[in-house]
Amino acid sequence: MSTGTATAAGPDERLARVGLLKRLLLKPELGASIGAVLVFVFFAALSDVFRSASGVANWLDPASTLGIMAVAVALLMIGGHFDLSAGVQTGTAAITSGLLTTYYGVNTWAALLISLALVLAIGFVNGYLVVRTGLPSFIITLGTFLMLQGLNLGITKLVTNTVQVNNFNKIIGYDVLHAVFASEITIGGASFQIAILWWVVATILGSWLLLRTRFGNWIFATGGDPNAGRNVGVPVARTTISLFMITSFAAWFVGTTQIVRLTSIQAQAGFGQELIYIVAAVIGGCLLTGGFGSAIGASIGALIFGMTSQGIVYAGWDADWFKFFLGAMLLLAVLANQYIRRFAELSRR
Amino acid sequence: MSDSPLLEIRDVSKTFGSVISLSGVSTTVRAGQVTCVLGDNGAGKSTLIKILSGVHQPDGGELLIDGNPVRLGSPREALDAGIATVYQDLAMVPLMAIWRNFFLGSEPTKGWGPFRRFDRATAIETTRRELADMGIDIRDPDQPVGTLSGGERQSVAIARAVHFGARLLILDEPTSALGVKQAGVVLRYIARARDRGLGVVFITHNPHHAYPVGDRFLLLNRGKSLGDFAKSELSLAELTRMMAGGAELDQLAHELDRNPAGKATS
Repeated sequence: MSTGTATAAGPDERLARVGLLKRLLLKPELGASIGAVLVFVFFAALSDVFRSASGVANWLDPASTLGIMAVAVALLMIGGHFDLSAGVQTGTAAITSGLLTTYYGVNTWAALLISLALVLAIGFVNGYLVVRTGLPSFIITLGTFLMLQGLNLGITKLVTNTVQVNNFNKIIGYDVLHAVFASEITIGGASFQIAILWWVVATILGSWLLLRTRFGNWIFATGGDPNAGRNVGVPVARTTISLFMITSFAAWFVGTTQIVRLTSIQAQAGFGQELIYIVAAVIGGCLLTGGFGSAIGASIGALIFGMTSQGIVYAGWDADWFKFFLGAMLLLAVLANQYIRRFAELSRR
Repeated sequence: MSDSPLLEIRDVSKTFGSVISLSGVSTTVRAGQVTCVLGDNGAGKSTLIKILSGVHQPDGGELLIDGNPVRLGSPREALDAGIATVYQDLAMVPLMAIWRNFFLGSEPTKGWGPFRRFDRATAIETTRRELADMGIDIRDPDQPVGTLSGGERQSVAIARAVHFGARLLILDEPTSALGVKQAGVVLRYIARARDRGLGVVFITHNPHHAYPVGDRFLLLNRGKSLGDFAKSELSLAELTRMMAGGAELDQLAHELDRNPAGKATS
């Protein structure tokens, strides 16, 4: 047809003007980045220790293990699902490794593989049930959460007669495990946990997976509009199950980090953490309805959590204020996300 | 044009239980031409689309592609035969970028083994080029599909079907949910696809949309064909009249006319 079609296709000036603002707002991690800078400046102004090397090492530590989980949970949320059993799975992994080695004399590496296989199976079951039944993942993983909570406590008590598994440092190969999961690196007179390094690796890996692979494209489609995805050949079921298993893998990694670092694990380890992972992912820009979010954002969400939890202590305030801070930040993030989503989905029919 | 049409529908019928949904329908679609299927609600348009896109199989009659009888057992087989259907719900994810949507499910990759990755540069560049070839001026392939207008979304869906090797494009009421201007945009892309040598089946209930782009018109009413006309055999006025049911419309006009009169006497 005529060459005039291009200009007739739409009011271009308006498109361009909205485009720039929209593009900025559509960066899921934008809000969290601004929040992180503000939180840092706030606590750095209040306390010298907070901004010293040892202070930084101190608040990066809780951020790191949370961050590894938050990245996996963010991918799952972008895929349109929740995993309320993610927290308790860290405990399940650690308790399994601990009991097998210290009470049943199983070879260290075999025990780690068994606990990994176990949580991956839990992730598979979560995903399979969600895909097969079409029920909300919230309710299905609430079920597995409660079951695992009961099992973690019940089995630990049954085997050890206490509520914890001890003496993990007595096992064969603990040195190697310690080097991988719990060693410390000294920079500027302060010792940094190696988990921080793994956190960075997890963030890069998660971000790469999400933005640079076919699988990432499928994650967005699975969460954004599974029917549309299915129509064009996206393996929605396989993607969903994989995401639950990735979350379980992260839980195994974090659980192992915990038992190696502490040399013991409480039967209640990880309870309640699942909500903190979701909070970090949401602060990082993940929509609760799926289809939108970022792995880097979730990491920044974890960073904000770490800075706030330690910053309140350094500022000399009562730690009770921490929960209030976290809640307020979550609320702000959700409101901002809601606005962005409406902005993005608004069609100019 | 070539001697055998791209697609020929010969005496096709379909029944669902005791409901005769389609009986004895025939038409042809040639490369570089638009065949419009018109009919009111319940005329059998959807059944016909589903037969062409491989969702249903006809109970009687046959489909011929390039003169050879074929059996389309599934949507996949229809796609492999080069028949692409653009549905009303479009199979696009609003929150995803245009280029991500364009290649959704068929992403190009590069690299090897664990480093195999989505070839973004190729995807973005191809999307931009394909859209430009269709005359769609998208400034930024990175913008979410949700920010596009209804007409633009239809156009992207059409461009996608063309890119993935469609020879025959089936458009299911692409203009029905759109405003006048946007419908015009979509009609232009239909013409564009036709000019690129594709056969187009354009399903609509609006003769004013069908007549300007159509080369053939198949009229359906309650599962039966009211006729299969070339453009030269039919004027817009006649088409509109047949669409509305001819005699039925006269009756309706009559009824509507009498009402104010009846009111005045009481």
